[in-house]
Amino acid sequence: MNAEPLISVRDLVVGFADQIVLDHLSLDVHRGEILGLVGASGGGKSVLLRSIIGLLAKQDGKISLFSIDRDTATQETTRSIERRWGVLFQQGALFSSLNTRQNVEFPMREYLRLSEKLREEVALIKLGMVGISSEDTGKFPAELSGGMTKRAALARALALDPELVFLDEPTSGLDPIAAGDFDALIQTLQQTLGLTVFMVTHDLDSLYAVCDRIAVLVGGKIIVQGPIETILACEHPWVKAYFRGKRTRETTRTLGQTTH
Amino acid sequence: MQPLESAASGRDLDITLSGSWTAPHARVLEPLVEAAVREARGRGVRLDMHAVTEIDTFGACLLERLARGSSPGIETQAFGVPERMRGLLAEVGRVGREAQPLPPKKKSSFAGIESIGRATVDAGRDLVVFVEMLGELSDALLRVLRDPRRLRPISIVYQLDRVGLQAIPIIFLITFLIGGIISQQGIFHFRRFGAGDYAVDLVGILVLREIGVLIVAIMVAGRSGSSYTAELGSMKMREEIDALYTMGLDPVEVLLLPRVVALICALPALTFFGSISALFGGGLVEWLYGGMSPAIYVERLKDAVSVTHFEVGIIKAPFMALVIGIVACSEGLRVKGSAESLGLQTTTSVVKSIFLVVVLDGLFAMFFAGIGM
Repeated sequence: MNAEPLISVRDLVVGFADQIVLDHLSLDVHRGEILGLVGASGGGKSVLLRSIIGLLAKQDGKISLFSIDRDTATQETTRSIERRWGVLFQQGALFSSLNTRQNVEFPMREYLRLSEKLREEVALIKLGMVGISSEDTGKFPAELSGGMTKRAALARALALDPELVFLDEPTSGLDPIAAGDFDALIQTLQQTLGLTVFMVTHDLDSLYAVCDRIAVLVGGKIIVQGPIETILACEHPWVKAYFRGKRTRETTRTLGQTTH
Repeated sequence: MQPLESAASGRDLDITLSGSWTAPHARVLEPLVEAAVREARGRGVRLDMHAVTEIDTFGACLLERLARGSSPGIETQAFGVPERMRGLLAEVGRVGREAQPLPPKKKSSFAGIESIGRATVDAGRDLVVFVEMLGELSDALLRVLRDPRRLRPISIVYQLDRVGLQAIPIIFLITFLIGGIISQQGIFHFRRFGAGDYAVDLVGILVLREIGVLIVAIMVAGRSGSSYTAELGSMKMREEIDALYTMGLDPVEVLLLPRVVALICALPALTFFGSISALFGGGLVEWLYGGMSPAIYVERLKDAVSVTHFEVGIIKAPFMALVIGIVACSEGLRVKGSAESLGLQTTTSVVKSIFLVVVLDGLFAMFFAGIGM
């Protein structure tokens, strides 16, 4: 593992009006890993993600991506960083006036000088990788099902062959089978494309199945991070309730059987 | 050294690849690949990839084209593939084999005629939609009148505030200026015939009969009609209208009727205020520019206009409101999933309602001339 983390967040403070959401939070994401971020609904997971990608202003602290500090970086550097990541928004955020293929082609059109033929070809390959068939590539976002929207949005996030992908609740709203497929997809892509993945999720199955490391966000801080065993061993009441609650017993038991 | 070098060896073609096969280089690589594909036609191809330093999906896609395009039936052999690139190449190869090429785009040489035909059909459909919406609204109104508890007074009052009360300042301002401009033009041109004072007649009759109601209707179409369309359209996009249906409520009764009723009540009132303001503006210009004292202006105005002129103007207002309301609501409900369609329908709504308002005004002018009003 590279000594220099790909994302490094130090003492981050973010808040709205008189409410502090993230309170001196620190977190590292290393190259090539899949990090799962969990936390209570409304606990600031999305806020953390949005501050890292620069959609929310921070009040204090330091965020570095690819070893570049966002505060001191010039606009050009920031732009070049932005090319190196892809973001999958919770609702997909596909451009509603472009069809699926055009959505994937859009970042390529903006950033790369490619022939139309190659752009189309690569877009179809990307969409094929996430499991969208050629017939569906002409559909508009409004005509796609929830799962397809997520897949298409993932294809768009991957359009520029990013090194880093942010996923905001990628499996929420999908049925367990589709969610499982999506997990497998993320894992395959991570391996073939050598991605680093920062994933906000509520899905315990995803956490068990694909995440190399898990970070738990409670009360504006990361209270524990590490592989699943570390998290399960944590005695913090919220973590215990989350990972060893009634709804999760099944998953944990199955995991116990397979690992022992 | 070129990133792609080919050499014939017997019947086969040896292709040596090197350097980085990534997106920034794709523009250089693509013609090389195309040339190699032509050269390799009908021959076996051996790809040497050991000198490739980096590759991404774009490069992999070009290689896939090289492998597939060269010789159907004969497998392209690749060797020296660095370990870390295998996964990506295999994945792109798999997807590439499964992907169907896109169907060629349909091109018609009669596109112009086709669009005229479509526009004609659409215009006919618009008429049907208009009549349908009128029917649905009348039906909802009858239902509400039979059972007045279903009337939504709060909703109506809220809409009245939005389209009526809040519109007053801008309506005042615009009509005031228009009144002043008409008056100035009248004075300037009538003076040459020594008939400067008749500018008062011009202002009075024009404002009360035509301009007042027309300006106000156009303002309301742009201000409230567009907001109705955008509101209903975004409710449609977010399935809020479907949610109403599933609760057993009729969106026409819940959403459309209060809006249209509010518009029908507000427009005559706004027309009244607008006309007053225009007359006031006209009077001010008469005083400052034409040198006519306000008392004389009022006196002359009394002689020039009668209640009939006022009636002719104000009678048109509710009909114009109905047209604006129907167009705005039916365009709103036509919005489809995309943001683009929301914008398109909003524009259509404003353009169409202004057009219809002007046409309606023309029809009324003929009607009033016919009955001698």
